Amino acid sequence: MGATCSMRGRVPSWCGSGAAWWRWVACVLLSPPLVACGPGSASYTVSVDGSSTVYPITEAMAEEFGIASTEKVNVTIATSGTGGGFKAFCAGERDISNASRHIKQGEQALCTQNGVDFVEFNIAIDGLTVAVNPTNTFVKCLTVAELEQIWRPGSTVRTWSDVRPEWPDEPIRLYGAGTNSGTFDYFTEAIMGRVGAIRDDFSASEDDNVLVQGVEGDRNALGFFGYAYYAENASRLKSVAVDPGTGCVSPTPASIQSGTYAPLARPLLIYVSRKSMTRSVVRDFVRFYLEHAIQYVPETGYVPLPAEVYKKHLATLAQFDSTGAATQAAP
Amino acid sequence: MTEQVKDGMVTPAVPSALGSGRQATPFVRPTFAGLRPTPPGVAIPRKPDTPPHPAAQRDPTRFAPRIAQRRLIASGFAALCLFATLIGVVVLAALLFDIFRDGAGKLSWSMLTGFPSRFADRAGIGPALAGSAWVLFLTTMLAFPLGVGTAIWLEEYAPNNRWRRLIEMNIANLAGVPSIVYGILGLALFVRVLSLGRSLMAAALTLALLILPVIIIASQEAIKAVPRTIRLGAYALGATRWETIKHQILPMAMPGIMTGTILALSRAIGEAAPVILVGALGFVAFIPTNPSDQYTVLPFQIFNWVSRPQTAFHEVAAAASIVLLVLLLSMSAVAIWLRNKYTRRS
Amino acid sequence: MTAPRAPLPTPAHDSRSWGEIGLKRRHASERRIRYLLVGASAVSILTTIGIVAVLVFESIGFFAEVSPWEFLTGTRWTPLFESKSFGVLPLLMGSLLVAGGAALVALPIGLASAIYLSEYARDGVRRVLKPVLEVLAGIPTVVYGYFALLYVTPLLRTVWPDADIFNAASACIVMGIMIVPMVSSLSEDAMSAVPRALREGAYALGATRFEVATRTVVPAALSGIIASFLLAISRAIGETMIVTIAAGATPNMTMNPLRSVQTMTAYIAQTSMGELPHGTVEYRTIFAVGLTLFFVTLLVNIVSGVVLRRYREVYE
Repeated sequence: MGATCSMRGRVPSWCGSGAAWWRWVACVLLSPPLVACGPGSASYTVSVDGSSTVYPITEAMAEEFGIASTEKVNVTIATSGTGGGFKAFCAGERDISNASRHIKQGEQALCTQNGVDFVEFNIAIDGLTVAVNPTNTFVKCLTVAELEQIWRPGSTVRTWSDVRPEWPDEPIRLYGAGTNSGTFDYFTEAIMGRVGAIRDDFSASEDDNVLVQGVEGDRNALGFFGYAYYAENASRLKSVAVDPGTGCVSPTPASIQSGTYAPLARPLLIYVSRKSMTRSVVRDFVRFYLEHAIQYVPETGYVPLPAEVYKKHLATLAQFDSTGAATQAAP
Repeated sequence: MTEQVKDGMVTPAVPSALGSGRQATPFVRPTFAGLRPTPPGVAIPRKPDTPPHPAAQRDPTRFAPRIAQRRLIASGFAALCLFATLIGVVVLAALLFDIFRDGAGKLSWSMLTGFPSRFADRAGIGPALAGSAWVLFLTTMLAFPLGVGTAIWLEEYAPNNRWRRLIEMNIANLAGVPSIVYGILGLALFVRVLSLGRSLMAAALTLALLILPVIIIASQEAIKAVPRTIRLGAYALGATRWETIKHQILPMAMPGIMTGTILALSRAIGEAAPVILVGALGFVAFIPTNPSDQYTVLPFQIFNWVSRPQTAFHEVAAAASIVLLVLLLSMSAVAIWLRNKYTRRS
Repeated sequence: MTAPRAPLPTPAHDSRSWGEIGLKRRHASERRIRYLLVGASAVSILTTIGIVAVLVFESIGFFAEVSPWEFLTGTRWTPLFESKSFGVLPLLMGSLLVAGGAALVALPIGLASAIYLSEYARDGVRRVLKPVLEVLAGIPTVVYGYFALLYVTPLLRTVWPDADIFNAASACIVMGIMIVPMVSSLSEDAMSAVPRALREGAYALGATRFEVATRTVVPAALSGIIASFLLAISRAIGETMIVTIAAGATPNMTMNPLRSVQTMTAYIAQTSMGELPHGTVEYRTIFAVGLTLFFVTLLVNIVSGVVLRRYREVYE
């Protein structure tokens, strides 16, 4: 594919030329070498795909990298979801994969099968926030056990007083992320212990904006969504502290970064293929990413990791010289 | 000289939005001047040897004219229909007003030409506009020849047998298939099997397939509307079938074909669902220059921005919607102008 | 296309014979053109074959793991929950509920608009109103979805505070407005095809405009009107963006429009953008649901075609 892609911009000779203009147009349009150039073939393109949760962070990095870079660079970011991103990544079609969860075993097998080796970088943390309506004065903290009791499959909790008897006898209205999102996967695994274990009758939406609207407009609402959506609407929502057994912790950037907000703080990652690391533009972009995470991540509503984590990642990156081979095995 | 000429009768075989079923001469509605209640004391003339209907003898009020009552119902119904028509107009006005109110503040030259950004006030739709322009161009080049060619073959060449009816039923059905199913087809066929990846070409091929049935149906209607006499005259002068089509029928049918094509293209530009599946990008920092480049299009950019938490992005999405609406409305206006201009003439 | 049987006279302005003018060559290029046109027509057949092939191929993998009986009759759709359940009926019911509600909004308004435009409006008014209504059809569905999410839903919640954040009613209203132009335009075309003579006869017998419209014109154009209804319903079933943007994602077997539902189209769009690993049975649900959707719209379109053909009145 690489050889034919260098023909980009030139018309294949078998199309003929001159009088039969329509024949030329048809040939040009349908000529495989002209149209079948895969993305990332140009040396200055970095192609990224994956989770829509990590997308805002990578977008911020791509934008600033484009501004700061002295040479021409094209960073393209798609949002096929973590699963879709891995599929394309493991087929060798992408340089970087955004992921809101660790790679699964099946996906890892696919990568090995296709000869795609990768490096995993932690780049930020998302604190899943449990929120209620601002007029709700009685809920300040919920233990993990109570959350599990409310959300588990077959749960019999219908009113607030079913959770704690001193709470009012009003019906609870539940709002949660749709089943197709990493948010859903992570929440069910962290609270219920099993991915996908949740009661049937909550209002789901793939768009967290809709969930915010729901909680904001319903005084009996209880919902969970990503921290960025809470932070953006903090004046219209009230966050609930979560008690993992060691005390109530409210989701704030400090508590999420230090790890005390548990178990709902989830890691956000990027996976970079070793083959792409041979290209300097990819290495420069990842270096920029790690160096500027602390600066730009907070703007997107997520929480950066402690500085030592990035230093460690930069050290890993430095091991990739221009031949692309790691001089030592990556940790 | 050659085989039988196609029947040029105009019947609404498949409903078309082109107004081809219209009467040629305008229908002048009668006024109600003649429908006055019979003044009392004046006998209604009746043929002398016609006995009154037995039902009228049993119940004389059954055939009473009840004119005043019926006129009341007629006016009430007229008001109801006008009200219903105006509902559509009012909702349209509300929608446009809301979008303008939200988005007009963000419209600016820098927004139209700028690149997307994570800051709403810096975000622009330059690549999205370029992507939409590319998609428009490529889709036209693909769908127009195929669509018109199919219509010509169906109308002029194909014998009127059950195969032809099957094909026409197939096309009518394809016109109703949801756009997301075309997206699935595009993803499996163009992106995977033909290895086109996330390129403009894959999107253009998918959208071309999506609007092909619409173009075929519209072109068929336009070709059917060409009078038989034109064809007969050309054949009588010794033209072959293709010469008749190329020099006589197509030029006459071209306004109708263009109208249908423009309306179909405006649908292709506004579709987001198949483009999502086939792989538009979320973040594009460059203008595509080549059919194999990655891309984004305007509806997808709007969809992307509406899903962000920041309300400022909702306003930029509204501004981008205004741009998209202006684009589509101008295309529709051109199509409607074409239709009006050439319908009046014939 | 055969050569002329009798020798034709040479044309007056040209002394060459017909053969020299190249009748054979013209016929040869006729043949080439014919093959090209047949090729173009084949694309439409290939498209249908392609769609069915793609959907069936992936669905075979799906139905190897999930029994078709469970798929078609199950009432619980939870492919991504821990306890998986693959009954498509909630999605089907969601699509039908939203389409039905949209039809309830669009059909009366559309038909009444068509009657007004065809029977009552003066020519100048019609020339203005008809394009205005067609503008409604030209608005992209993304914009409608945005409108539904940010304006209609909050409005509905002030009237019915009890409603879910996404309720089918919100999508029904917006989708109904979207398909009004389709119903009104096609019905009006059907009503215009009714010949003057019928209307004039009715007026001559002393009918009011209401009676002419409802008892003469509409019954005469009924096949076209019903076909337009069915096409509008099939469009509503197939609509994706409005339900994806403003929709919830809760499959629900309910006829209550104030509850959250998920339609087949929204499920396909949301799942393909989601976090699933490809190649799993959960991912293949996209194709199985796509196949169901295809068959449902195929059924509606076939019925519409049959109605149109059987009951169409052909006027000379």
